[in-house]
Amino acid sequence: MIVDKIKKREPSAKNKTSNIDIPVGKWIKCDKCKEIVYKDDVRENLSICPNCGHYFRMHINRRLKMILDEDTYKKFDINIDTNNPLEIEEYPKKLKALREKTGLQEAVACGTGKINGEEVVICVMDSGFMMGSMGVVVGEKITYAIEQAIALKLPLIIFCVSGGARMQEGIISLMQMAKTTAALTKLDEAGGLYISVLTDPTYGGVTASFASLGDIVLAEPGAMIGFAGQRVIEQTIGESLPEGFQTAEFLLEHGFIDKIVERKDLKETLYKLIQYHKGGSGNV
Amino acid sequence: MSNTKITAWEKVEIARNPKRPTALDYIEQIFDEFIELHGDRAFKDDKAICCGLGKIGTQNFTIIAEQKGRSTKENIERNFGMPNPESYRKAIRFMKQAEKFKRPVITFVDTKGAYPGLGAEERGQGEAIAKSMFEMAKLKVPIIVVVIGEGSSGGALALGVGNKVFMLENAIYSILSPEGFSSILWKDSSRAKEAAEKMKLTAKDLYEFKVIDKIIKEPKVEEKEDFIKKVSKNIKKEITLCISEMNEKTSEEIVEERYQKFRNMGEYKIL
Repeated sequence: MIVDKIKKREPSAKNKTSNIDIPVGKWIKCDKCKEIVYKDDVRENLSICPNCGHYFRMHINRRLKMILDEDTYKKFDINIDTNNPLEIEEYPKKLKALREKTGLQEAVACGTGKINGEEVVICVMDSGFMMGSMGVVVGEKITYAIEQAIALKLPLIIFCVSGGARMQEGIISLMQMAKTTAALTKLDEAGGLYISVLTDPTYGGVTASFASLGDIVLAEPGAMIGFAGQRVIEQTIGESLPEGFQTAEFLLEHGFIDKIVERKDLKETLYKLIQYHKGGSGNV
Repeated sequence: MSNTKITAWEKVEIARNPKRPTALDYIEQIFDEFIELHGDRAFKDDKAICCGLGKIGTQNFTIIAEQKGRSTKENIERNFGMPNPESYRKAIRFMKQAEKFKRPVITFVDTKGAYPGLGAEERGQGEAIAKSMFEMAKLKVPIIVVVIGEGSSGGALALGVGNKVFMLENAIYSILSPEGFSSILWKDSSRAKEAAEKMKLTAKDLYEFKVIDKIIKEPKVEEKEDFIKKVSKNIKKEITLCISEMNEKTSEEIVEERYQKFRNMGEYKIL
């Protein structure tokens, strides 16, 4: 339920300002081509390596900025925190430190916003916050967003990135898979449109719940997507995995996603898809 | 039996014991008859989950069970009870039939997890689990889940979305195996024992979390046959009681009750 290899993530929006005068902070190493590239060049290029085209992971704020019309995002008023059900001493400390470091409250942000004028409910996950893992806060926020999509009759878009269910909350995390999935049955019955966008990496309990249940499932090029982590599979079958295994391209080939969409085309593609679902009985 | 002295790790060992009765052992005792039916109608008949029809008196049931092997040979056939995606798709086929013919569904959960294999990934393990939960969440007939041994990860939860979830006293139900948990959290899979104590995976823990509805007692008997008979009797009693209550309800009520149960999973604090 976890991604074996944690790749370098694009620095958070907060780090950007704090590092501004430190020359070393201006550079970032691309995980794919190993080239040292200028951070601002990466940013201006939709967080894509200007050298090899590798997609860096995105901070929630940058993702929202990329997808939504300017100043249209309204975050839902739902401020909750875990009860630390397994009473793991280090867990609240870890959350606190991450909140300070990333400027995020949790691994997902949910609200409404506009895509070329079309209002949507949008959820964006962030790999920088405990690998985007799902505990009760992520599960509850996603569920709340699904309920809002039904109530407001708006299309639902979820940008997924996650290592899976969050270990620190044990069985409670596992149950969030059922909670979010059950909520999606209600959206489905209401005739609502749900587009799931899989980004690097999407694994475990998130793949095995809402990420896979979109009416339309999109993915970014090269994104790693699967249920079991690669190390676990290799240990189980006792052989190394073929090249390209569990990439977005692999999933497309095997029929589990509808389309791979380049980052620069995502907003326009989402807009177009929403247009195709207008005038039905549902939420568009 | 008073087993307050059994540690969580000891329960893990009990739940995993290859001699522990499997779903079919109980099914044969609980139901007056059981007719196994096969196949997902798309790829193959994966034997880690077995499905079929059964009855208690005049009440018909659809039965869906994760089945570990009772011998090495059977374990190989059944992939040690670790389902491939086609197992879940077979389960979905039987859930839909249960709804069509208005039969309650009984599922038995007993798995180390969904199979982490190359083919399983190629055929969409994640999607299969998600769809199984999706179908269960909206099914218009009652679903009773019985966790009988190891209930580990999404592979267990895929059959776990029931109106009522019962659990045997010494069964375990968790996000992942204690080995996996300690390997992820502490980068050390040898701390599994410690992880088991930390994870809150016993029936008592899960009852306190309201993840399960009832703990089914396990008698302290040496003879396996006696154990199976006594436990089956306890399970049968709970199923019969539960179904007679649920038969009074409309299909809307059944779906809504199940929905609310999972909607409220996990407490949190409001900031």
